[in-house]
Amino acid sequence: MSISVRNITKNFGDFTALKGVSLDIPDGDLAALLGPSGSGKTTLLRLIAGLEFPDDGEVHFDGQDTTALDVRDRRVGFVFQHYALFRHMSVYENVAFGLRVLPRKERPAEAEIRKRVMRLLELVQLDWLADRFPSQLSGGQRQRIALARALAIEPRVLLLDEPFGALDAQVRKDLRRWLRQLHDEIHVTSVFVTHDQEEALEVADRVVVMDHGHIVQVGSPIEVHDHPATPFVCEFLGSAVRFDGVVEGGQLRIGNWHRASTHAAGAVRAYVRPHEMAVLPGIVPEAAASFAIRHIVARGGLARLELSAEGGAIVEAEMPRHKLEAAGLAVGSPVSLCPDVVHVFPA
Amino acid sequence: MAGPVSNALNRSPAAPVSPNRRRVGEGPLLRAFLILLALAGTFFLLVVPLGVIFTEAFRAGFAHYAGSILEAETLHAIYLTVLTALVVVPINLFFGIAAAWAITRFAFPGKKLLLTAIELPFSVSPVVAGVTYLFLYGAQGLLGPMLGALDVQVMFTVPAIFLVSLFVTCPYVARSLIPLMQAQGADEEEAALSLGASGFIMFLRVTLPNIKWALLYGVILTNARVMGEFGAVSVVSGNIRGQTNTLPLQIELLFNDQNVAGAFAAASSLAVLALVTLIARIAVERLAAREVKAPRKAASVGVSG
Repeated sequence: MSISVRNITKNFGDFTALKGVSLDIPDGDLAALLGPSGSGKTTLLRLIAGLEFPDDGEVHFDGQDTTALDVRDRRVGFVFQHYALFRHMSVYENVAFGLRVLPRKERPAEAEIRKRVMRLLELVQLDWLADRFPSQLSGGQRQRIALARALAIEPRVLLLDEPFGALDAQVRKDLRRWLRQLHDEIHVTSVFVTHDQEEALEVADRVVVMDHGHIVQVGSPIEVHDHPATPFVCEFLGSAVRFDGVVEGGQLRIGNWHRASTHAAGAVRAYVRPHEMAVLPGIVPEAAASFAIRHIVARGGLARLELSAEGGAIVEAEMPRHKLEAAGLAVGSPVSLCPDVVHVFPA
Repeated sequence: MAGPVSNALNRSPAAPVSPNRRRVGEGPLLRAFLILLALAGTFFLLVVPLGVIFTEAFRAGFAHYAGSILEAETLHAIYLTVLTALVVVPINLFFGIAAAWAITRFAFPGKKLLLTAIELPFSVSPVVAGVTYLFLYGAQGLLGPMLGALDVQVMFTVPAIFLVSLFVTCPYVARSLIPLMQAQGADEEEAALSLGASGFIMFLRVTLPNIKWALLYGVILTNARVMGEFGAVSVVSGNIRGQTNTLPLQIELLFNDQNVAGAFAAASSLAVLALVTLIARIAVERLAAREVKAPRKAASVGVSG
């Protein structure tokens, strides 16, 4: 089921959460709404679900206007950040809830309910927990039960609000991979909200970057990573070193470093990711800039360097530890940076 | 004020402290003194008076006691007290749920004001409430001429007792629900709706089970307060023997008549009610605490088979 959001505006009192947002998510897609807190991503998800109603604009499922439809008539599977399992019901009853509240005519017989619930519990690999209560489960288990419960109503779309936000790092990684696999199996159009760019890039087919109630960029993880539309997207998708440069005579120039460029002439802001630049020992005249090493953080085989020029701001760079050691670099050593990949925006 | 009501259900169990561990500034002498003081206070302020009620009630023997209780006016007072509770408690139950729902689930202008207004009866003396109602509905009151024209008398009737009792007890249910419903949030309810439940089914199968203990707690407090209310009822009831006298008023009346045994007999029935309330409260708190720790299996029996 495709989702189409058309020109939606939503205010909470004086605060405008969404300003004229439009978005199309094709059938079978797994999309991530990515943005900092307060960017409107959760509000957009709740509007798609029907848990909020827009002040202006429309929501369509498969071309049908569902804007006025109540959440209970929209048939959306919604997974809450804090699971929202019914605490007084067993896992089995939680998953069965959506079937039990169906109108009498459509409600399956007890045996059919049992079959479907057990099948869903097997799908999330937790059928052995059917008789437990939510308080007896771990966070990761609760989230999977919440997902099974949402899937029980055979939803037209699956919406997940920060589904991994409350979990610890390892569980989060496992669940991420698992969600991706699950989606490949059942192919229901899914949208999840996250503020973790790694999560969005790793799991989603399509990343929707949001900021201050606007959608800033929509694209595949590779697209938004390699071709960020704005400096905000560039900075949000991972750490980046910012340089002031200039484009003149078809050349991009940062410090003494230069390279052919097709950008319009004038002052530019150039961003370089820590792993997309060469760190050269010593002061190199042709480099973009030179710094002194302030601090070295060894992370496995990789060293993260915190650099700064005299009195300047801290800049991050990365290099393999064996190269660092071979070059004899230590805190206080001078280094120079030469960009490999540059993201250029007009200043 | 609202403290004891709202916190009773959320009380965390005290951390176990080894007997040898002393807190800073706590000598054995001081500790002994404070414990003795608390025990003595409890004994003289609470236990002795309670004992007096029952010894005085039975001083002239059981037959006399039964006779005093079964006396027509006292019986009527008991009947009226129970009737008042039967009318007032359900109304305030619904009002309390509605108010707690509005305050914890909706954002609207004047929400803070509503919250404060609900708590007003906690801070206003019941006598003031009675006088206010008299001023509103009495023959010489603000609405008096209008009510007179319609030939409706409110003051000095049974409905007046209902009215002031409603006023005095309206915060209890709401105040025991609000902190809990705030803490629980609306997630589970939204989940129920997204799974296709109607508002009514959601309330019945998700909201109500989550708030039942706090609700019961509020109802018990409301009931105890309704049955024991003296000040407000005394102003508006008119103290008509056998007609508008509730149990607390009847006790005072008997006492003023020098009928000490009768007064204490009537008082003993209120005291028994108080003890039952206390036990019910403790039972509810225990059950609620147990459910938080380990949800009972019973809930799932018979559905998964």
